[in-house]
Amino acid sequence: MILVIAEQKDGRLNRASWETIAGAQQLDPSAITVLVPGASAASVAAELAAANVSEVVTVEHAALNPYTPDGYTAALQDAIAQLGPTHVLLPHTYQTRDFAPKLAARLDRAIVTDVTAIKKSPSTGSGQADVAFVRPMFQGKLTADVVPQGPPPHFVTFQIGAYRVDQVAKGSSSAPVRALTVNVDASQVRQNPEAPFQQAKAAVDLSQAERIVSVGRGIKEQANIKIAEDLARALGAELAASRPICDSGWLPMERQVGSSGQTVAPKLYLALGISGAIQHLVGMKGSNTIVAINKDPDAPIFEIADYGIVGDLFEIVPAMIEALKQ
Amino acid sequence: MKIAVCIKQVPTREWQPRLDDSKTWIREADASFEMNEPDAYALEEALRLKEKHGGEVVVCSAGPARVAQVIREALARGADRAIHVEDDGLASADAFVTASALAAAMQDEKFDLVLTGLQSDDQGFAQVGVVLAEKLGTPHSTIIMEVHVEGSNLRVKRELEGGWFQWIAMPLPAVLTIQSGINQLRYATLKGIMAAKKKEIRKAAALAASAPKQKIVSLYVPEKGKKTQIISGSPAEAAKALVQKLRDEARVIQ
Repeated sequence: MILVIAEQKDGRLNRASWETIAGAQQLDPSAITVLVPGASAASVAAELAAANVSEVVTVEHAALNPYTPDGYTAALQDAIAQLGPTHVLLPHTYQTRDFAPKLAARLDRAIVTDVTAIKKSPSTGSGQADVAFVRPMFQGKLTADVVPQGPPPHFVTFQIGAYRVDQVAKGSSSAPVRALTVNVDASQVRQNPEAPFQQAKAAVDLSQAERIVSVGRGIKEQANIKIAEDLARALGAELAASRPICDSGWLPMERQVGSSGQTVAPKLYLALGISGAIQHLVGMKGSNTIVAINKDPDAPIFEIADYGIVGDLFEIVPAMIEALKQ
Repeated sequence: MKIAVCIKQVPTREWQPRLDDSKTWIREADASFEMNEPDAYALEEALRLKEKHGGEVVVCSAGPARVAQVIREALARGADRAIHVEDDGLASADAFVTASALAAAMQDEKFDLVLTGLQSDDQGFAQVGVVLAEKLGTPHSTIIMEVHVEGSNLRVKRELEGGWFQWIAMPLPAVLTIQSGINQLRYATLKGIMAAKKKEIRKAAALAASAPKQKIVSLYVPEKGKKTQIISGSPAEAAKALVQKLRDEARVIQ
């Protein structure tokens, strides 16, 4: 049986949970249990039961609210012992990254993170020895097929966007929902979290932008940001950046696109000197038309670009501004 | 305060990938290496905490002989001494093997605080820090953007997705994984480089290496998911052709 750990906050499921269910259905659609932890789990259980899965299990416990890695590890350790899955699948969110390696280490089981696809060996069909999980390595320059080792359950986390929400097969009727009781010693929880907050209310909502010009390390220095600004103006685009540019303070954090910044899907996304680290790609790969200008022909950004120019952005961008005037 | 910083040596950003004959790992002989960027931020944060609270910073790395390069660099930037768990098998080890090797070498040191980068630029598991915390039996928190030590307690700012943050308190000892950009990095001075030569690097053997938890069966250059039109020509020609395609073909600009 495959166990999917869904992620919800205040009774709202994230998209990545649905994507993970789509991944589970690829792996083995015959026996999937979706577990949803935390207060208000019951309110999203009915929603999840619409998917073609065997059952939905809710786990509510004081130690799960608010989220802490210690609380989640203890509660899910008990739930897994009761359910006995062969695989535990999770979305590769910041929250999963915070607790899933600990949970796998506690159980002394394999965990393959940031998976983008499943490869089943055609010879013998399913069965865990025949399944490889595909994941990026070396900043996306290489891809690896990885087989988890040792006894089950094997933990797998899926990269955001690896599967699409609309790939989830719906069931002919609602899957049964039940509550699972877990035993957690509350004194095991050592982290004491405060309420989440937003640093600065985002003044720029990049998610609404129709066109975005985005700059990365290839811009080299702060003074060069101006040429990207000029191009953005000529295109009627918003200016955005990859994380290193905002870390350096060359553009404000609110203009950052990627897993730690905003997720965007404009009609046009023009990436200037952005190599295309996974953390950036997950924030923009839903864009309609992607253009990459980069001096490195092997930059991973070219793998998802519709149009690419391999060359010096300091020559190409002024030429584009010129061409746009015509 | 006794602070450990776990650092990894990874191929440089400019490195062009080449595979070895087994097609399950890279040709290391062709690669040039540097300190994993998030680990460099973890080191800087440790040095700042030491400047504020006193104590020592011990840099720990698990890898083959070549990782001595980044250990020396960390010592030159200001770390006081180092522990090198040396084993050729650690070059391509998974996160469990690496964390187990580090934990065994670090256990008796009784560190107050262990910092490391949130993930490595090579295999990118984002697991070692968290698994290490479990093996050392300490609490942890990940993707940290601010660290305050208040007596025997920590108060840290954890980054959440989409521009959200959260403060978390926990007792020491603890393990934190540090996000890039938490601080401004310092570089080694000539004086630091000279001083580093006299600093202790304790070699530890990777005793009873734990069994790998994952196996790379194939490593390859990614297949392109999309058909990318590469536009060639001089910068002026390529720029003009691109603008025309964006107008007439993609119809995303006027």
